[in-house]
Amino acid sequence: MADVVRLPNGKLDQEIRGLDNLELPLRPGVDRLRGLWSGLWPKVAAVGIVLLVWQLIVWAHVRPEYVLPGPVTVLERLAADVTGPDLPRATLITLQRAALGFGLALAIGTLLGLAIVRSRTLRSAVASLITGLQTMPSIAWFPLAILLFGLNETAIMFVIVLGAAPSIANGLIAGVDQIPRILLRAGQVLGARGYDSYRHVIFPAALPSFVTGLKQGWAFAWRSLMAGELLVIIAAQQSIGVRLQFAREFSDAPGLLATMIVILFIGIVVDLVLFGTLDRAIRRRWGLLGS
Amino acid sequence: MSAVALADPIQGPRPDEIVLSVRDVHKAYGPSGNHVLALEGISLEVRAGEFVCLVGASGCGKTTLLNLVSGLDQLSRGQIRISGRTSLLFQEAALFPWLTAAQNIELPLRFAKTPRGRRHTEVDELLRLVRLDGFGDKRPHELSGGMRQRVAVARALAQHADILLMDEPFGALDAMTRDLLHDEVERIWRETGVTIVFVTHNVREAVRLGDRIIVLTSRPGRVAEEFTVDLPRPRNISGPEVAELAYTVTERLRAEVRRHADG
Repeated sequence: MADVVRLPNGKLDQEIRGLDNLELPLRPGVDRLRGLWSGLWPKVAAVGIVLLVWQLIVWAHVRPEYVLPGPVTVLERLAADVTGPDLPRATLITLQRAALGFGLALAIGTLLGLAIVRSRTLRSAVASLITGLQTMPSIAWFPLAILLFGLNETAIMFVIVLGAAPSIANGLIAGVDQIPRILLRAGQVLGARGYDSYRHVIFPAALPSFVTGLKQGWAFAWRSLMAGELLVIIAAQQSIGVRLQFAREFSDAPGLLATMIVILFIGIVVDLVLFGTLDRAIRRRWGLLGS
Repeated sequence: MSAVALADPIQGPRPDEIVLSVRDVHKAYGPSGNHVLALEGISLEVRAGEFVCLVGASGCGKTTLLNLVSGLDQLSRGQIRISGRTSLLFQEAALFPWLTAAQNIELPLRFAKTPRGRRHTEVDELLRLVRLDGFGDKRPHELSGGMRQRVAVARALAQHADILLMDEPFGALDAMTRDLLHDEVERIWRETGVTIVFVTHNVREAVRLGDRIIVLTSRPGRVAEEFTVDLPRPRNISGPEVAELAYTVTERLRAEVRRHADG
């Protein structure tokens, strides 16, 4: 073996290594702190501007202050609610539903996508139907869901799955459709058969598009859940949506706005932090991010 | 057994044994009656350890032939006999972007159910063979075109292929990288004893590398003429001997192209 991989230490070796080194892109070091700051300040500034505009509208007395309180009042209320027992408990209930609903949608959407990817007949039968399903506003499903299942969690789960599963299935289907043919051929040539070809070639190649589908699915799931919690009020389950509804009924504007900020916050955190990070990590690995 | 000693002296093919035989192969595309004939009765033989170059103008079915030999495509008529395993290299390296260079090379070993420990030693050896030791954990986008193509060569060798089919593998590279890779592929061919069938439309490249050059006709593809290259190795691609034979082969190719002047 040693004499098989013996390399001549001659000119050819030097030339090849030299050319390799010359062709590797030079990556200048980056100032991490500065990079973080340049990414952060526009966001901080945007939030500041929103708060400012909000305060200006309040000062202009467009609406009486008990209907539209200013940011200071609302943020104080938010701080109080976040430390109190009710809001954290409500958030937990809502997040549990979100996790369960999204989990179900993930399982069903993935299975559906897989079935369609594998079967040509199924694809021509239902692929366009799935895309059509996505245009249906999820709130329009609720009357039917309530009739079918009653005022309970099942109705909410039903609508979340109907909203999110098509996006997840579509992400997988699009991902498989967009795999460059050359990679499939390379897999075939290298001996990928059956399960191996899914595990090592098709799934990894479809992953970026699948994550995009997950992200979109989450947005649908979160909206469906909020709509569901406003419509399907279960007395014993003080969820975020129920708090919103009660705050309106008791004309508790600061409480209402504080709850809305929580809804926005959760949506953004999951979308940007969870799926955004996943998406960027994949793109960086693939070399699709401009560095 | 070494990962790269592909021509095993005990089990491997005897020198001069015919390892690839293509006999009267036809390949047609499209519905019968309205089909396009890509290959019409092509016949050729390749011996163990040989470096054979196929050259032809556009439409000679070079790529079709390699697809048939590698089993990516089904032939319409005729017979292809192969002793040993083949692997196919494309003009693009076709590396999997989600895997590092080392993981790309490891993949065919995983498909072949090689135990983990042996996989790693083989990958290390192959990286050294293509002079990319130290670059194993780089991802394809972090490598240059020439380096990617060498990873692809290592990945093909990881299949323990006896016959490497190369489909214009250096066509997309700059001239300097290509010249160095000629030296490299020649060295790897010698050190491993692998048989190489190399498709190109660059006649000098064929003369630089091949033991034999097979010129194909176009539309449909057939063997037009065969040249044996008796020049000593390593040959200089810019040298007068290579240029002289390249001129003769090019003349033959041009005659073939002229035949199609009237459509």
